[in-house]
Amino acid sequence: MVKLKKDNLIIANRKFNSRLIVGTGKYKSMPECAKAIELSGAQIVTVAVRRVNIADKNKPLLMDYIDPKKITYLPNTAGCFNSKEALRTLRLAREIGGWKLVKLEVLGDKKNLFPDMIETLKSTEVLTKEGFKVMVYCNDDPLMAKRLENVGAEAIMPLAAPIGSGLGILNKINIQIIRKQTNLPLIIDAGLGQASDATIAMELGCDGVLVNTAIAKAKKPFDMALAFKHAVIAGRQSYKSGRIDKILMGNPSSPTKGII
Amino acid sequence: MKNIKKIKIKINGKSKSIIHNTKLSYLLKDLKIPLNKVAIELNEEIIDKKKASRIKLIKNDKIEIVHFIGGG
Repeated sequence: MVKLKKDNLIIANRKFNSRLIVGTGKYKSMPECAKAIELSGAQIVTVAVRRVNIADKNKPLLMDYIDPKKITYLPNTAGCFNSKEALRTLRLAREIGGWKLVKLEVLGDKKNLFPDMIETLKSTEVLTKEGFKVMVYCNDDPLMAKRLENVGAEAIMPLAAPIGSGLGILNKINIQIIRKQTNLPLIIDAGLGQASDATIAMELGCDGVLVNTAIAKAKKPFDMALAFKHAVIAGRQSYKSGRIDKILMGNPSSPTKGII
Repeated sequence: MKNIKKIKIKINGKSKSIIHNTKLSYLLKDLKIPLNKVAIELNEEIIDKKKASRIKLIKNDKIEIVHFIGGG
């Protein structure tokens, strides 16, 4: 068997074997979430910052199921609609246990959940100055991606389609343009629906994918977690292998000489 | 004891009645908050969890205690 060279995902000087990042939301239970993560092989998981339930002191905690010493927590700002809320959330996240690697997500519309790029850009700049390593959820606009890079983003994370929509990558050309212009980690975040979407993302040259709903809400989340794991590996290998050129007409696979 | 002054504060948006000048550390212990898994804000300013015993709560203080939950 051909052994592939070590091909780590490097974000903020940290190495990860897996190029699949998974969300921890929308699962039926914490044990289900923990098992899906294990099967996915992901080493980074996104988490949200929310109020502790004061009334129920025995409510299970995420940290009891997913050990932050083994799996890298990537705190997000889901539900934040302006820079002020996002900054507050991530400063609190850092306080919980020193997290500096964060996912910034400032939404602009409650229905389509598209990112507000003006607020996102402002927040990226402030957070970077405060020492955060910011992985930025953004739209698939190459110009905005460039601006984020210029203010110190650690990773560019364009959407494939609206969050939770399962539509797959809607604008492959934009993703390829962003790929061409940046050496930063490029991670498709949001909108994937099935494992093959992840393969396509990787074949476009992305460094990783971030998936939540497509796994958590699949009829069989554990099987889908495994499918995504393999899909990301397959897509990466395919990308690195160098695909053939596309041609219009057929080109026989068997020799045309010596035909009887 | 005489002269126990009760005050109202807010924790995570909910009103709570406590004794004036209660130490924050005492309140957190009473609520069984696992300090290594949370962050705390007092009146919209993040506080150093280790210094919670130095903070005495007064009327209308607003406390937010947050932790990590599942999210995408």
